[in-house]
Amino acid sequence: MFADYSMSELGAIFAMQGFAGLILFSVFVLMALGLAIIFGQMGVINMAHGEFMILGAYVTYLTSNLFADHLPFLFGTYFFVAMIFAFLISGALGLLVEWSLIRHLYKRPLDTLLATWGLSLILQQTYRSIFGAREVGVSIPDWMMGSLPLTDLIEVPINGIFVMVLAVSISLAVYVMMFRSRWGKQVRAINQNRVMAGAVGINTEWTDRLTFGIGCGVAGVAGSAFTMIGSTGPTAGQLYIVDTFLVVVFGGAGSLLGTIASAFSISQAQSIMEFFLSGSMAKVLTLLVVVGILMIRPQGLFSLKLRK
Amino acid sequence: MSDGFSENNSKGVNRRAVLAGGTALTASLFMPKNLRAQDFATADINTTGLAVTDDTVTIGILHSVTGTMAISETGSVQAEKLAISQINEQGGILGRKIEYIQEDGASDWPTFAEKARKLLVNDKVASVMGCWTSASRKAVLPVFEQHNGFLYYPTFYEGLEQSPNVIYTGQEATQQIIAGLDWVNQTKGAKSFYLLGSDYIWPRTSNKIARKHIENFMEGCEVVGEEYYPLGHTQFNSVINKIRLRKPDVIYAIVVGGSNVAFYKQLKAAGIDPTEEGPIVLTISVTEDEIRGIGGENIEGAYACMKYFQSLENENNIAFVKAFKEMWGEDIVIGDVTQAAYLGPWLWKAAVEKAGSFDVDKVREASPGIELTTAPEGYVKIHENHHLWSKTRVGRAQADGQYEVVFETAELVEPDPFPEGYQ
Repeated sequence: MFADYSMSELGAIFAMQGFAGLILFSVFVLMALGLAIIFGQMGVINMAHGEFMILGAYVTYLTSNLFADHLPFLFGTYFFVAMIFAFLISGALGLLVEWSLIRHLYKRPLDTLLATWGLSLILQQTYRSIFGAREVGVSIPDWMMGSLPLTDLIEVPINGIFVMVLAVSISLAVYVMMFRSRWGKQVRAINQNRVMAGAVGINTEWTDRLTFGIGCGVAGVAGSAFTMIGSTGPTAGQLYIVDTFLVVVFGGAGSLLGTIASAFSISQAQSIMEFFLSGSMAKVLTLLVVVGILMIRPQGLFSLKLRK
Repeated sequence: MSDGFSENNSKGVNRRAVLAGGTALTASLFMPKNLRAQDFATADINTTGLAVTDDTVTIGILHSVTGTMAISETGSVQAEKLAISQINEQGGILGRKIEYIQEDGASDWPTFAEKARKLLVNDKVASVMGCWTSASRKAVLPVFEQHNGFLYYPTFYEGLEQSPNVIYTGQEATQQIIAGLDWVNQTKGAKSFYLLGSDYIWPRTSNKIARKHIENFMEGCEVVGEEYYPLGHTQFNSVINKIRLRKPDVIYAIVVGGSNVAFYKQLKAAGIDPTEEGPIVLTISVTEDEIRGIGGENIEGAYACMKYFQSLENENNIAFVKAFKEMWGEDIVIGDVTQAAYLGPWLWKAAVEKAGSFDVDKVREASPGIELTTAPEGYVKIHENHHLWSKTRVGRAQADGQYEVVFETAELVEPDPFPEGYQ
């Protein structure tokens, strides 16, 4: 397959393929972080995760229209504003959902699966009623489109770099919150022993609500970023949900580091196989490997030692 | 979801305007004018117990208005309702107004079958306009054949089917593929093709036909890659690198749904811009409807091979677009399938009037040879094999989301659902 190509051409292709793998990695990290916070720290299986992402995407769509109509000279920067809005609005909806739905189900973890799946259907139909069944086109500022030529042969998509930078920043932010802030300490304490955490004066209810809200907010930011690379429609969230769960479960629930490691290994495996095999085959093999590893190691790649 | 009521379901519809558009559209057509109901005794024109009264006839509309497919099927529902309201404004069929019962297939194939049975058995509808995906058509097919219903199916599809109970108003695969490949070869000098698709029956069958045609019928041309991605796949950077490596003259893309949006956005981001020098992007899966989700600026310059584009400049189409926008709003776009769905009620009307009866067997017998000179796409005719003779056209996507028509076949292309040498 490579006989006809010069070394420099091959080098360029492999470099670009390396970038493609890193972009996929960043996408996975963005998708999975929000879910990892909620699933890992609270044990809630949030089937509506994809819909929270799409809420972020719709917020981006609305913000882009707002800027195009009222502040056209600032259009190039609207994306940053949109991401903040996406975080706040998805997060606010998360708080509301936790208060009205999730908190009643903490003792019945499997029921949260059903409830949040119902919620995802409700949200999908709500988007459909508000924005129409068709996908909406989000206009992206010109500077974020196109590619950046590194050498004569190597071109890297700008939106890919943007997604990478965003993934790194959000991971850092989550790390700081989780391991350097008071809230993070409380979340981890509750995760280890809810009753004791309550007994030493941690407001477990409020911490739960905030955790859920932040997880949903991060999902919203991810959705906002994905308007650059994917579609924005009522059911587009479904496109992401399977990969998201795959990454989180494979990484080991409860471990953010595991989520990142798992995103890295799955994305690299998939992107390398996609290059040498066909797309569907790559997916099949990736899933097979993941299933195989989970059979041997059901707790995932990394797992916290918990007092059960 | 079943709201049985008649003619206009006027959502602020300006009926006079619809009427004006409608009459302009059909003034020249359709056999005897002013058919009156009393000229046709109900007992004579309906011997099989269909839902026909002295002044109405009931048909079914069966599409998904909820679920994933609602994105695509909404346009078809709108087109069918427009055609029905226009027919009613002109006095209906054999003097009877069309009423419709709309059922929701909910993007779920067993639901389609169940609703089809309900329409045929409980409601006794005289015909059904419906289905979109091949999967939904395959699901309802046994029901239609068992209960002798009559379905008008609007989508371009993979062919390899010919049911006595279905009229296919979209193109089968060869009608859509072959002329486009010849065109890109002859006018653009394209020799090498990279075939890409979503992983299910339609893209695979279509690419199979494309490959056979490229390898066996186009001199000196070759396929340098063929590849499928799961439905809903959103990451195309790897395949884009492969395409770069193979340097094809043409990227032949049959990607559908949300994947479509991801593919074109990432193609552009990777620096493969169809407006510039480089591979030609040719697709058979992106209509004006899909461009709204993709964004005109992301797909500008790509070519699509269809039978209908909203920008067609003929009297029929201008009147059709006007009437459609008056009924459903100014900012709506009309894609290939929407137009094909619009043909359904008109073709049925012509067949019923030719047969002088609503009986399914007589309508079926009358159908081959039915012509429609008022079709927005121009002139179409029903073939013996229940598909339509129609032209194949190539359009180039513009930044505003419309296609500029750059080629159309001189003659109508014969439908050939079981193409020899292509299987």
